[in-house]
Amino acid sequence: MIDNIKKLVKDFSLSELRGGMKITAKELINKKITVQYPEEKTPISPRFRGLHALRRYPNGEERCIACKLCEAVCPANAITIESEMRDDGTRRTTQYDIDLFKCIFCGFCEEACPVDAIVETQIFEYAFVGSRDGNDNTKGQFGSIITKDQLLEVGDKNEKMITQTKLEDAKYK
Amino acid sequence: MMVLWQSFVELVHELMPWYDGSIATILIILIKAIALVMPLMLVVAYFTYAERKVIGYMQLRIGPNRVGPKGWLQPIADALKLMTKEIIFPTKANIYLFLLAPILAIAPAIAVWAVIPFDEGIYVANLDISLLYVLAIGSIGVYGIILAGWASNSKYPLLGALRSASLLVSYEIVIGFALVTVVMIAGSVNLNDIVMAQKGGILHWYWIPLFPMMIIFFISALVETNRAPFDVVEGESEIVGGTHVEYSGMTFAVFFLAEYANMILMAVLAVIMFFGGWHSPFEGIPFMESMFAWVPGIIWLLAKTTFFMFLYLWIRATFPRFRYDQIMRLSWKVFLPWTIAWIFVVALMTQLKIGPWF
Repeated sequence: MIDNIKKLVKDFSLSELRGGMKITAKELINKKITVQYPEEKTPISPRFRGLHALRRYPNGEERCIACKLCEAVCPANAITIESEMRDDGTRRTTQYDIDLFKCIFCGFCEEACPVDAIVETQIFEYAFVGSRDGNDNTKGQFGSIITKDQLLEVGDKNEKMITQTKLEDAKYK
Repeated sequence: MMVLWQSFVELVHELMPWYDGSIATILIILIKAIALVMPLMLVVAYFTYAERKVIGYMQLRIGPNRVGPKGWLQPIADALKLMTKEIIFPTKANIYLFLLAPILAIAPAIAVWAVIPFDEGIYVANLDISLLYVLAIGSIGVYGIILAGWASNSKYPLLGALRSASLLVSYEIVIGFALVTVVMIAGSVNLNDIVMAQKGGILHWYWIPLFPMMIIFFISALVETNRAPFDVVEGESEIVGGTHVEYSGMTFAVFFLAEYANMILMAVLAVIMFFGGWHSPFEGIPFMESMFAWVPGIIWLLAKTTFFMFLYLWIRATFPRFRYDQIMRLSWKVFLPWTIAWIFVVALMTQLKIGPWF
């Protein structure tokens, strides 16, 4: 009986509706958590796996020795490597293609590389233009296949960032 | 200027050959109508902006902020987009009915505003039965929605139209009965007289003696205008967009305008019927009255209306959508018995002169 009356009073005073509206009213004046993306960015972990890059030694020599470990370990078969002996007797790649549509950004290539040549950078804002293999390379953008030259270019441009993030991550490896 | 006037006179004679009154009267009515409709459309445009901002803020977002400073130009960008978009006609739809539907929706939504008093003596028309006019013309708007559902020749619009028709039939009765109590106390169906009867400060407004009716009226107004949490007519998650599915570009925009004009109308009606219209809430309070005496009545009306418009957005941001049969049950099994019971209570109290307000 008493419970019924209590429930009746509760129902007719719309107490639950008012409770809900109190919450939304509180959120109305709360601080907003939106990140204004192009101007503001959320912090990225040094372990972030973004666009690939091929690195060079400080003397300008490319690191990659065409051992093809990355090609072997790649679970998506995204990497294609052709190699030959250079005039000075070292083995170097003539072709190093990554199909970014196939790539799953697992980072295995980076793990497998014995000379730290292939790395994944923190870059994630890039676009694909042109045909899939046409490599219509305008303004640093590319089709889904990124070639050796482009990979080296990404590495040259961002060497500072790559060194720093790898250094930060090294503690935890 | 003279040439314009001449052509206007000719136009009036051409359109209404039976009319033998003053041409100037027609011009004044025309100017009044334009002075009413233009700000109304602007308010509708910025109401959509306010809706997106308020709901955004309540969901911890910030809403539109890219077009112009703080997104102020967003409604104008939206209007331009809708005006330049193509109007697509469904293949087997009846084009005449398809185009008639939005017109049938917007015409009553605007026509109703003719009798709304904004201040003492500020109105387009002063009908003796203005409340009846509001309810009658307001109900015609549903034909637009039903026709849109039928003329689209598509299943979701038809379902939306069915829902809309049955909801409006149910809640029209509730709104009618809720407003009858006001009419019984005020002793008039003229909106001017109803407002005048509430003279004398916040305690003399009808929201105190008729508090339950005020709540019922506002909830029914939400249903009438197809607003969340009763927006089953559109029901994006169930029937995609209801009656609007096949409409694009300007035809959709017209439906949109009608819907929002109706919302604002219901807010104004709530203020006029229950919150003293243009009267200041401080009337009769010694110091406050003289302090706020300079504020014109229209400001009070608009301020109160703004609160109810905000309440629409607040409710939309808070509650999930009702199930269709629950809305029906709410109308026939809860609201209708309560309003009828309250009519008897009010009738007895007014006849026997019981209570401080009647």
